[in-house]
Amino acid sequence: MSRHRALLRNVVIGLEIHVQLLTRSKMFCGCSTQFGAPPNSQTCPVCLGLPGSLPVTNRRAIELGLRTALALHCDLGERSQFHRKNYYYPDIPKNYQISQYQYGVHPPLAVDGWMEIDIEGELRRMGIRRVHLEEDTGKLVHPEGADFSLVDYNRSGVPLMEVVTQPELRSPAEARVFLNALRQILQYAEVSIGRMEEGAMRCDANVSLRGPDGALGTRTEIKNLNSVRAVERALAFEAQRQAEVLAAGGVVVQETRHWDERLGVTFGSRGKEEAHDYRYFPEPDLAPIRVDAAWVRDVAGSLPEMPEARARRFAAAYGLGEYEAGLLVATKSPADFYEAAVAAHANPKAIANWQLGDVAAYLNEHALEIEDLRSRPEHLAALVRLIDDGTISGRIAKEVLAEMLAGGEEPETIVGRRGWVQISDEDALREAISAVIASHPGPVADVRSGKEKAIGFLVGQVMKRTRGKANPGVVNRLLKQALG
Amino acid sequence: MRITHEVVDHVARLSRLDLTDEERRLFLDQLNTILSYFAKLDTLDTEGVAPTAQALAGENVFRADIVTPSLPVEEALSMAPESRDGHFVVPAVFEPDDPERTR
Repeated sequence: MSRHRALLRNVVIGLEIHVQLLTRSKMFCGCSTQFGAPPNSQTCPVCLGLPGSLPVTNRRAIELGLRTALALHCDLGERSQFHRKNYYYPDIPKNYQISQYQYGVHPPLAVDGWMEIDIEGELRRMGIRRVHLEEDTGKLVHPEGADFSLVDYNRSGVPLMEVVTQPELRSPAEARVFLNALRQILQYAEVSIGRMEEGAMRCDANVSLRGPDGALGTRTEIKNLNSVRAVERALAFEAQRQAEVLAAGGVVVQETRHWDERLGVTFGSRGKEEAHDYRYFPEPDLAPIRVDAAWVRDVAGSLPEMPEARARRFAAAYGLGEYEAGLLVATKSPADFYEAAVAAHANPKAIANWQLGDVAAYLNEHALEIEDLRSRPEHLAALVRLIDDGTISGRIAKEVLAEMLAGGEEPETIVGRRGWVQISDEDALREAISAVIASHPGPVADVRSGKEKAIGFLVGQVMKRTRGKANPGVVNRLLKQALG
Repeated sequence: MRITHEVVDHVARLSRLDLTDEERRLFLDQLNTILSYFAKLDTLDTEGVAPTAQALAGENVFRADIVTPSLPVEEALSMAPESRDGHFVVPAVFEPDDPERTR
C-alpha cells in the first residue's frame, strides 16, 4: 500500500453547519424572513444597523435552538450570552455580527452533545461541540464589469443556528451520512426545512490527515458547500490533495479553501490570508438568556420522537425489517402517514409493503411528497383491509391503488363502481377452473405427478381468465380438489 | 498590558483607518491612558466573584415571533450615498469564493 493510500485511511473531518430556522421574523427585529421579496424591502433600523436602534431577541429562535440542542443531547448551560463578532465588510451593516462565542464564563446556547449515525450497520456516536445562534448577513451582488457592488439587506438579521461537530468523522461518506441524519433530525424537530439545495443548510468542512504517529495533521477549511454531494466530493478531493502533498514530502498549509462545483476542485486564495481577529466581546445591547428547568421541560415535552428511535420502535412494534423501518422514517410525513394507516387497520407489514412499493413509486414518478396526495392514510388502510377480508385480490388492489392515488377516491367506491369485487363463489369459479385444466394438459400432468409448483401457473391462468377477480386462495383449493 | 505601535497599527488596519505618524503617536498615548484606568481594576480582589458579561440587570428580554412592518425601500435607501435598482451601492468587492479575488 502506498504511503498516500495509508494516509487517506486516516482522514479526520469536522463540520460546521449553518441552519436557517423556521421563524417568521428576523432574529432581533420584526422584519419578515420570507424569501424572494424585492431587494431591501424587508429592512428596518435594527437590521440596517442604524444608530440608536436596539435589537430584541426573537423568543421562537431561541426555542428552535433549544429543540435542536435537546435533540442532539447537548448540555444546556443555565445562562448564555450573545457576542459581537467584529469585522468590516459591506454585507454586515453594523460592522459586527451578533453571534455566540465559546467563552467559559458566558457560553453559547448548548455544548457537548452527540448524535448517533448508522455507518454500514454500526451505530456510531458523533460528538457535537456546540449549538449556537447568530444572524445572517446581507447579500452582495456584483454586476458584471461594474466597479461597484450592490447590497440587499433582506437577509441581514435572519436567524441562523450553527451546529459544530467534533472532528470525529472519518471519511467523506461519513460526512454525507451525518448531514443526512442531521437534516432528518432538524426536520423532525420542526426547526428547519433542512434542505441544503435550498440554502436552508450550509456547510463548512474541516479536514486533516492523521499522521502514522496518530498526531492530527494540519487542517484546511473548505467553504462554499451547498449540497450534501458537494460536501462529499469536496472532502474526497481535499483529502486526496493533502495526501498527495504529504506523500511528496510537502506540508499542508492551514488555510481556507473554496470548492468549485464545476471543476470539482478546492482552491486556496493566493492572496495573503489576513489572520482572523474578530475581537469578540459580550453584546451589551442584549440581556443574557437564562434557560431554567421548566423551559427545558416544556421544550422537551413538545419534541417529537426522533428518527433513529422511531425506526427502532417501528421494527419492534410492527415487525418490520431494519431496512423497511429506516425507509419509512427517513422523513417525518411518510412515517406519520404510515402510523395513521396502521392505526386504521392493523396489518403493519402489508401497509409498509404498499406504502414503500406502489405508493412510493407513484410519488417518485410524479415528483410529489406524500402530503401532496389527496389519499389519506385511512384510504391505504381501507385498501389493505379489502385485500385482507377477501373482497379484492392483490392484483386488483394494484389497480384500485393507482386510481385511488390519482383521484383521491375511497377504495371501496372504486371497487364498487368498477365491479371489481373478488369472486369467492365456488360455483362461479369452477367454470373457469375447468377451462384452464382443459387447455393446459402439460402443467396439469405435472401437478398430478407431484410437481406442486406447477399449480401456481394454473392459479395464474384462472386469475387471468377472471381478470384478476378470482380469490386466489379459493382457486388454489379448488384446483387441488379437481386435480387431487 | 501596554499598547505598542504594532497594536495601534493592527487595530487601525482592522478598522480600515489610515493613520498619519502623528495620529499613531497620539492614539498610542491615549489608548495607554485609557488602559491605565482598567489597570486599577486589576488591583481589586475579585476572588469568589462570578464573572459578569455585562451591566444589564435583566434576563430573557424577548419579543414574540411576529412580523412587523419594514421600512419602505426608498426610506431604507434614503441615507445611502448611492443606490441603484433598490440596492445599496458600495465599492466593488468580490465574494471570497470568487477566483477574481486572487488576481
